[in-house]
Amino acid sequence: MSVDIQLRFDSEAITEFSKANSEPAWFLEKRLAGLKAAGELQLPVLEKTKIDKWNIDQFVPFQTSGKVATAQELDDLVKGQIDADSVKSLIVQKNASVVFQSADEELKNQGVIFTDLATALKEHGELVQKYLGTVVKYDEHKLTALHTAVVNGGVFLYVPKNVEVSVPVQAVFEVAGDDALVCPHVLIVAEAHSKVTYVDTYVSGEGKNMVANSVVEVYVGAGATVQVASVRSLSTEVHDYSFRRASVDRDGKMEWILGEMNDGNTVANNTTILQGVGSIAETKSISVGTGSQRQNLTSQVQHIGTHSESDMVSKAVMTDEATSILNGITKIEKGAEKANGVQAENILMLSEKARGDANPILLIDEDDVKAGHAASVGRVSEESIYYLMSRGITRQDAERLIILGFLDPVVAEIPVEEVRNRLRQALERKLG
Amino acid sequence: MTAVPHLQIKNLRAKIEDKEIIKGLNLEIKGGEVHAIMGPNGTGKSTLASTLMGHPKYEVTDGEVILNGEDVLEMAVDERARAGLFLAMQYPSEISGVTNTDFLRSAINARRGEGNEISLMKFIRELDKKMGALEMDEAFAHRYLNEGFSGGEKKRNEILQMMMLEPAICILDEIDSGLDIDALKVVANGVNAMRSADRGFLIITHYQRLLNYVKPDFVHVMMQGRIVKSGGPELAERLEAEGYDWIKEELGIVDETVNANV
Repeated sequence: MSVDIQLRFDSEAITEFSKANSEPAWFLEKRLAGLKAAGELQLPVLEKTKIDKWNIDQFVPFQTSGKVATAQELDDLVKGQIDADSVKSLIVQKNASVVFQSADEELKNQGVIFTDLATALKEHGELVQKYLGTVVKYDEHKLTALHTAVVNGGVFLYVPKNVEVSVPVQAVFEVAGDDALVCPHVLIVAEAHSKVTYVDTYVSGEGKNMVANSVVEVYVGAGATVQVASVRSLSTEVHDYSFRRASVDRDGKMEWILGEMNDGNTVANNTTILQGVGSIAETKSISVGTGSQRQNLTSQVQHIGTHSESDMVSKAVMTDEATSILNGITKIEKGAEKANGVQAENILMLSEKARGDANPILLIDEDDVKAGHAASVGRVSEESIYYLMSRGITRQDAERLIILGFLDPVVAEIPVEEVRNRLRQALERKLG
Repeated sequence: MTAVPHLQIKNLRAKIEDKEIIKGLNLEIKGGEVHAIMGPNGTGKSTLASTLMGHPKYEVTDGEVILNGEDVLEMAVDERARAGLFLAMQYPSEISGVTNTDFLRSAINARRGEGNEISLMKFIRELDKKMGALEMDEAFAHRYLNEGFSGGEKKRNEILQMMMLEPAICILDEIDSGLDIDALKVVANGVNAMRSADRGFLIITHYQRLLNYVKPDFVHVMMQGRIVKSGGPELAERLEAEGYDWIKEELGIVDETVNANV
């Protein structure tokens, strides 16, 4: 921690929160180990982005809010993310409180667990303990350690063997109020040959100096398919750190669809570890940089299993004085024969003062593989604008169509209509 | 927009970078008329089309373009389109992520103005009908604009746009290039179906072939940035049979662009 700034929480506050939630002892131990490690570890080293002046740990971690009984009573900010009339499986977390949760009866009948982390720790402690912290380690760097110390919510989604969940399950995370923190830990376990889609959105209310620090761990069993879609629309007052990682077993498939629509500073790392033979990773992400925000967005795949395949597409639109660093890392380990990894980063620049860097990185330690990358940084083509204008469309509308069109191949993939619409709204808002 | 459109091009001069391409061109097109401009490569036919539409690469240095009494050269590209000009382009852009349908609706609504948008049902009905007439597969409605289209598909798509937008003056820039005979007939049928007293056409072509299917009222020969000869459909037939040399001889033109085979 910074030597000259006092933290606004300590081991006592953490212990108190843990006890109030009746957490098992092992989890409190993890928290305290995290707190200790946070004091010792460095921040992660990020390509071309210095975050040491960002708000890392200046927050009040355990701010609570009251529960509501029905989805209809949620605040408008949250209701905009969901279909309040029909949503069946939903968890809403505001700062350190679960304000609403429901799970479809059908899921329970199938043996699926979909609940908030605190409840899961109480009711499914052993199962959580088996997986938690195995994909993302608590002591990787200061941010994961800090996350472990002050984790104030999250989701546990467990899908038994051979079970297919037909309707996406959804979570909304809200941070609101001065110095607030939302720090969810999302743990998804999909056993062999199961199938599930999880969608979450991050929103922020009024407030200053807020932080979001989230970890998503996904375990994809043999032949299982997991789709995670996430849209983040946090304000300039939120500094957002997210570390999402999946480990995929034999013939499993992990699919990420990510909309980075924050207005504030953002660090996001999204990694898939292709452990098993024939495992597959697909990552599609879009981001829009506006104002003077700084973003460092990394998509990464590590090929370990033979015949594993990955495809990453990142698209960014940059305007105003925003800076975005887009890193795409395809790592193929020795022994991952017949692996095939491709990636593309495309940046559309709308302003002279904006900065966008696309960094495709291929790290290959095996000979018998295929790998490819493509990166581009460009502007909206005048020829395209001319073409649209020649049909009567104004310059402004022509640019808007082209920009939204640039991002649409990812937007169209979002599995829940409300989230897709919300993302389109966020795009209109950011680019309007 | 008046019922019978009237486009006047007076002594038009235009250049690209520092090279003058259009060198004092005069032409008048009224509703109900089909004009064809023919000529060897490199004589400024496509430049004329692009200049009329307002392509940013071309700079008008002199002359006037008047549509129904309004100064076209003062208008931005989109204003020209909304005033009734349409250019079916030789090389239309590919626009990723924008479906043909979204694009066409935006274009139609841009022309109709706010509060007067076309209803979705009516739009779909019109689109179905016109795609059927052009023998276009329904899938084209939902494909991204021109992306991955073959040359012939792009040309049909240009005509589809023309049919949906119902412009007053239609300029077709080498719409026949790259089309096989069946596609050419389909495109020609589309054009013929749109001929009416309240619409004028300017067809730019290198070959007589298209004019077998779309009968022009006037044929003009363009050389060295000007219209050097005008006549009826028989002029096109003679050009097809005899080429352009006789005109050059008749007018004493030493056409370097043609000799240089540009």
